[in-house]
Amino acid sequence: MIIQGRYKIISNKKVGPDYFKMLICAPNIAQQARPGQFVHLRCTNSSDLGSDTQPLLRRPFSFHRFNQNNFEILYKVVGQGTRILAKKRQGERIDVLGPLGNGFDIKPTSNQQRPTTILVAGGMGVAPLLALAEKLVDANRSKILVLIGAKTKKAVLCARGFRKLGAKVRVATEDGSQGFKGLVTKLLKDILPSTINYRLSTIYACGPKSMLQEIAGFSDNRKMPTWACLEENLACGLGACLGCAIKTQLGYKRVCKDGPVFKLQEIVW
Amino acid sequence: MVDLSVSLGKLKLANPVLVASGTFGYGQEYEDLVALDSLGAIITKTITLRPQEGNPPPRVFETTQGVLNSIGLENPGVEGFIQEKLPILQKLGIPIVVSIAGENPRQFACIARRLKNIPAIAALELNISCPNLGHQGLIAQDARATYKVVKAVKEASRLTVITKLSPNVTDITLIARAAKEAGTDVLSLVNTFLAMAVDIQSSRPRLGNITGGLSGPAIKPQALWMLRQVFKAVKKIPIIGIGGIVNTQDALEFLISGASAVAIGTANFVNPRASLEIIAGITKYLKANKIASVSKIIGVLKE
Repeated sequence: MIIQGRYKIISNKKVGPDYFKMLICAPNIAQQARPGQFVHLRCTNSSDLGSDTQPLLRRPFSFHRFNQNNFEILYKVVGQGTRILAKKRQGERIDVLGPLGNGFDIKPTSNQQRPTTILVAGGMGVAPLLALAEKLVDANRSKILVLIGAKTKKAVLCARGFRKLGAKVRVATEDGSQGFKGLVTKLLKDILPSTINYRLSTIYACGPKSMLQEIAGFSDNRKMPTWACLEENLACGLGACLGCAIKTQLGYKRVCKDGPVFKLQEIVW
Repeated sequence: MVDLSVSLGKLKLANPVLVASGTFGYGQEYEDLVALDSLGAIITKTITLRPQEGNPPPRVFETTQGVLNSIGLENPGVEGFIQEKLPILQKLGIPIVVSIAGENPRQFACIARRLKNIPAIAALELNISCPNLGHQGLIAQDARATYKVVKAVKEASRLTVITKLSPNVTDITLIARAAKEAGTDVLSLVNTFLAMAVDIQSSRPRLGNITGGLSGPAIKPQALWMLRQVFKAVKKIPIIGIGGIVNTQDALEFLISGASAVAIGTANFVNPRASLEIIAGITKYLKANKIASVSKIIGVLKE
């Protein structure tokens, strides 16, 4: 059930240049949360629509982590809304609408099958993938490989968080300041054939469209089930306005309702 | 006890607050959040004769105090509407206003005939003013074209007919008068303003369709003046005021200026309960000012 309410901010911490983590106490939203889903937050100074519509629309943020009481978002300050969000303090209330979207499909597997799961994160794409990794561990997936791509070392997020879960992490930076020098898609292409029995792999990806499109061409060839968590300009977030529609093999689908998780091969670029 | 009921021609509403076409789907998506049976009425997303795919993305973009949209009437067509959407709408317990659109009077009439004898449908809103359909001009930019469409629908249907006007005109009263002459029972205004935004990194328009329709608080002052002009020009035709209404004060401005009812649109994206809060706010205002019924404040603007 979708809920709208004003919830207390437990903490709002800076975790890097322009990067913040906000922890919100919202049991009735957190208890329904699934990795890949998101919340739609009002990013105004006051949450009263009557007096404050600057900026107007809510902004969507994936569940980064959640438990029975709280959920956490990871966000980057990129404009007016996120600038206001970054200034909010512990104890303040924030207007939340959620949980929204369809979430990742995670089937529990037996240890005998030992499939490899590969998470590919481009930049801020790490945000929903950490929640996914936590649930994969709960579902007995013991072989998790995480590839994190970023422009530079300072933009590499959550490597430690993934390692703590027991995942193997490889980093790719465009400027070579950390790990592999180049795009994370090149890293994926290079390591796949030699490192893993790729016929038992599932890929979950989140990042820029160019990254996803690149993976689409590659994973098609090798027929690995691949899921992408997409982003698109949103208005209502509920599936009513049809503003976030993207083209798929089955016609236009709504990123906020039919997604944000889609089979990568279904997307028409 | 204040009386919130209003009459839009033969259509009686329990309160003067509707939700605007295109912002509320066909009622299903908001059901967890909004007690739908408390609304005055729901105006559905526009349906066309045949299913429409809609425009390429991106379809929405936020502007200062506004939203640009170029959805392009994506809808399942009248048959898809009847099979998939109507059953849910019928259970809501409030009047359903079905928004319809066509390229010419014949198509409008055809949809109107197809929607005959369906008890839950209380009225038709004629979307002659969507700015996202690519062709030459909007029907609502031409008085004669407007007249022909309204006349065709009035001949094809016994339902209350609401004609939705476009603000993208030089003189909206001319279009309003043409609709009145053709027999429209009610007018609704305004639809969205034709507008654009640009991404300076890529030198590309923000919308896949290049242009879109602007809605939200930014357009309220213009929508309000257009409402007032039409109210004075076409006496006795009830008007639904639309355009940037986000709270009770906004709604009251429209009622005082001559709207018999208001439709809430973009505000639903920010606060799904905006319409319910406005109903409560109007009640509070009437009580505080010892006014027995909302109809007493319609059009009382002192000029």
